[in-house]
Amino acid sequence: MIPASWAVILSALLFAIGLFGLLSRRNAIAILMCIELMLNAANINLVAFSRAVTPQELTGQVFAIFVMAIAAAEAAVGLAIVIALYRNRERIVVDEVDLLRW
Amino acid sequence: MLELTPLIPALPLAGSALIACCGRRLPGRGAYPAIATLAAGWLISAGILWQSLARGAHAPHWERSIIWAPTGDYVLRMGLALDGLGLAMLLVVTTVSLLVHIYSVGYMHGDPRYPRFFSFLQLFSASMLMLVLADNLLLLYISWELVGLSSYLLIGFWFQKPEAMRAAKKAFIVTRLGDVGLFLGLLTLFNAVGSVAFRDIFAAVETDLATTMVSFTLPLIGKVVWPLAAVAAILIFFGAMGKSAQFPLHVWLPDAMEGPTPVSALIHAATMVAAGVYLVARMYPVFHYTDHGSVALAFVAGVGTVTALMAATIGLVMNDIKRVLAYSTVSQLGYMMMGLGVGGYTAGMFHLFTHAFFKAGLFLGSGSVIHGTGTQDIREMGGLARRMPHTYRTFLLATAALAGIFPFAGFWSKDEILLDAWLHARWVFYAGLAGAVLTAFYMGRLVIKTFLGEPRRPDIHAHESPPVMTVPLWILAFLSVTAGLVNTPWGPLFHHYVSFGDAPAPPFSAGVAAAGTAAALLGLLGAFAVYRWEWVSAATLKRVFHPLYVLFANRWFVDEILYALLVKPLFAVCRAAFAFDRWVVDGLVNLAGWLGLALSRIQGWLDRWVVDGLVNLAGYTVRGTGWLLTRLQTGLAQTNVLLAFAGLAALVWLLVYR
Repeated sequence: MIPASWAVILSALLFAIGLFGLLSRRNAIAILMCIELMLNAANINLVAFSRAVTPQELTGQVFAIFVMAIAAAEAAVGLAIVIALYRNRERIVVDEVDLLRW
Repeated sequence: MLELTPLIPALPLAGSALIACCGRRLPGRGAYPAIATLAAGWLISAGILWQSLARGAHAPHWERSIIWAPTGDYVLRMGLALDGLGLAMLLVVTTVSLLVHIYSVGYMHGDPRYPRFFSFLQLFSASMLMLVLADNLLLLYISWELVGLSSYLLIGFWFQKPEAMRAAKKAFIVTRLGDVGLFLGLLTLFNAVGSVAFRDIFAAVETDLATTMVSFTLPLIGKVVWPLAAVAAILIFFGAMGKSAQFPLHVWLPDAMEGPTPVSALIHAATMVAAGVYLVARMYPVFHYTDHGSVALAFVAGVGTVTALMAATIGLVMNDIKRVLAYSTVSQLGYMMMGLGVGGYTAGMFHLFTHAFFKAGLFLGSGSVIHGTGTQDIREMGGLARRMPHTYRTFLLATAALAGIFPFAGFWSKDEILLDAWLHARWVFYAGLAGAVLTAFYMGRLVIKTFLGEPRRPDIHAHESPPVMTVPLWILAFLSVTAGLVNTPWGPLFHHYVSFGDAPAPPFSAGVAAAGTAAALLGLLGAFAVYRWEWVSAATLKRVFHPLYVLFANRWFVDEILYALLVKPLFAVCRAAFAFDRWVVDGLVNLAGWLGLALSRIQGWLDRWVVDGLVNLAGYTVRGTGWLLTRLQTGLAQTNVLLAFAGLAALVWLLVYR
């Protein structure tokens, strides 16, 4: 059986990659994808800890399903924003979207 | 009638104020009310005289006073008093003032400041009447200064003429010099007696003033010990010397001729110069503190004699008609002082009484001449007798009175002075005789040069003055003839009213009267010999007596000596004071200013750079902080995320490792 620590390391790597992408990518679609990465890193953690701590119950797995549902909703909202952005500016570079400044 | 006495000074005083306020709208542009007030005063005085005559020629005694200023345990009373001396003065002042007022209607006709002139005349008369009626030395002093003030206003009435302005200032300042003495005398008496009322002062003379001795050091004489009364009397006499133009303070009177001629008549006859003689007469008990010889009276007699002779000699050589008369006045005032000084109380006052009428007549006559010819220089006149018959005749009568020709007014009064001098001080008698010769001479010269002979300036078309001027002249001429008859040796009526103590009138002396008459005739004869018949020409006399002529024509250099002794040092002091003021006082003030300015500069610098700097610093700090914080707000979602995670990391670090 694969020990839990491996799953945690994988999850941490995935999360770090997602975070890096989130902070450094300029394309809005790519940023959304990075967010998905980070959510999925969390899912791996949920499942891995559920297997390691309470193998008889499926609590972690149910949480992961919920997270996926929320991620789908989040992606729908995010893509809607990106589409609105594109309609306005014909570009989806987030560096240029700085209207919330002082 | 006596109860109406306060009205006599009060009416002209009110008149003065009224005319000053709305003179232009009053009848006669203020002249008629002015004349009315004095006519009323004259009627009251005459009524008082009539009543007292009806009661057997007893001098009236009336006094009223009110509490003026209660200060602690001393109560100052002010009031009026009337006695024989006061009544005589009242009659003189109201008569002459009234006539001068009437005459001024003609003389000042057309003057742009006509109402103002009458307002001043009224003030002048009112203050003199108050002076005469005062029952205490303080009120007398107040009126005395008011007389000085109004004389200043009237002498300088034509203030657009610089000489008039200068003469007015001179009159005021020179008399002021004497007034200092009067005020010191007043204080001396008040200090010694504790009261300013004449009654208290005279009572004190009877008891302790004459016996209290004071010693002090005089310049030139050395240490002297005199009774307090003598000191007070001499101090008071300084005031009289100023007002009555006694040597050496007589210099203002001839210059006062710059005023309008009616003013000169008033000053010379009734109001101004009479005040000094009246003062000596009023304070006579203080002067006459002992029956055997008084320093104060000797001083009065000496000053009077010197003045009488000196002024008469100057009168010989003056060419301005009014100046001749002015020096004549000075000389006659000297006579009055002389009379008072040798103990002739009645004689001195009697001379004041008669002199008032004929000198007023002479001045108003000279005014008429000036009015008719437009010149004051007797060298340009001559032959006016035919052109101005009324003026000529009245002038002649007044001249006869002044020269002391029997039986004109001046004869009787001058004779009395000479008689008293003969009885008490022989040297004064001889000086008086010499003065009489000189008086007759210069008056003869004046009449001859003005009215007789041929006109010297054919271009002057003299004309007689209007009746409003000649009628007063005739009244005064009448009084010049008759005023002496009130005190003849056979009917000494004046003596009943004005006498000191119970002394009887001195017995008539035919010798003295003859000597006086001879002196007058001699003087007139001399004048005719030189100026009419020209046995000796005036030019020859001038050449022979050249040093004397220079001395007289330069008025004995009194003006110059006074200038060198008093005015120059005063100017030096003034200049020093001015320099001090300019360099030290102004310097200090400027220094204070500079210091203030420097301090303000420093403070301004501090305010700008420190206080403002702190305030700005607060502003800059806030702005800088705000600017720094705005850097955080990039508006980029990624920055927010970065910061959120950084915060999370920090939180984790804090929770796990702390």
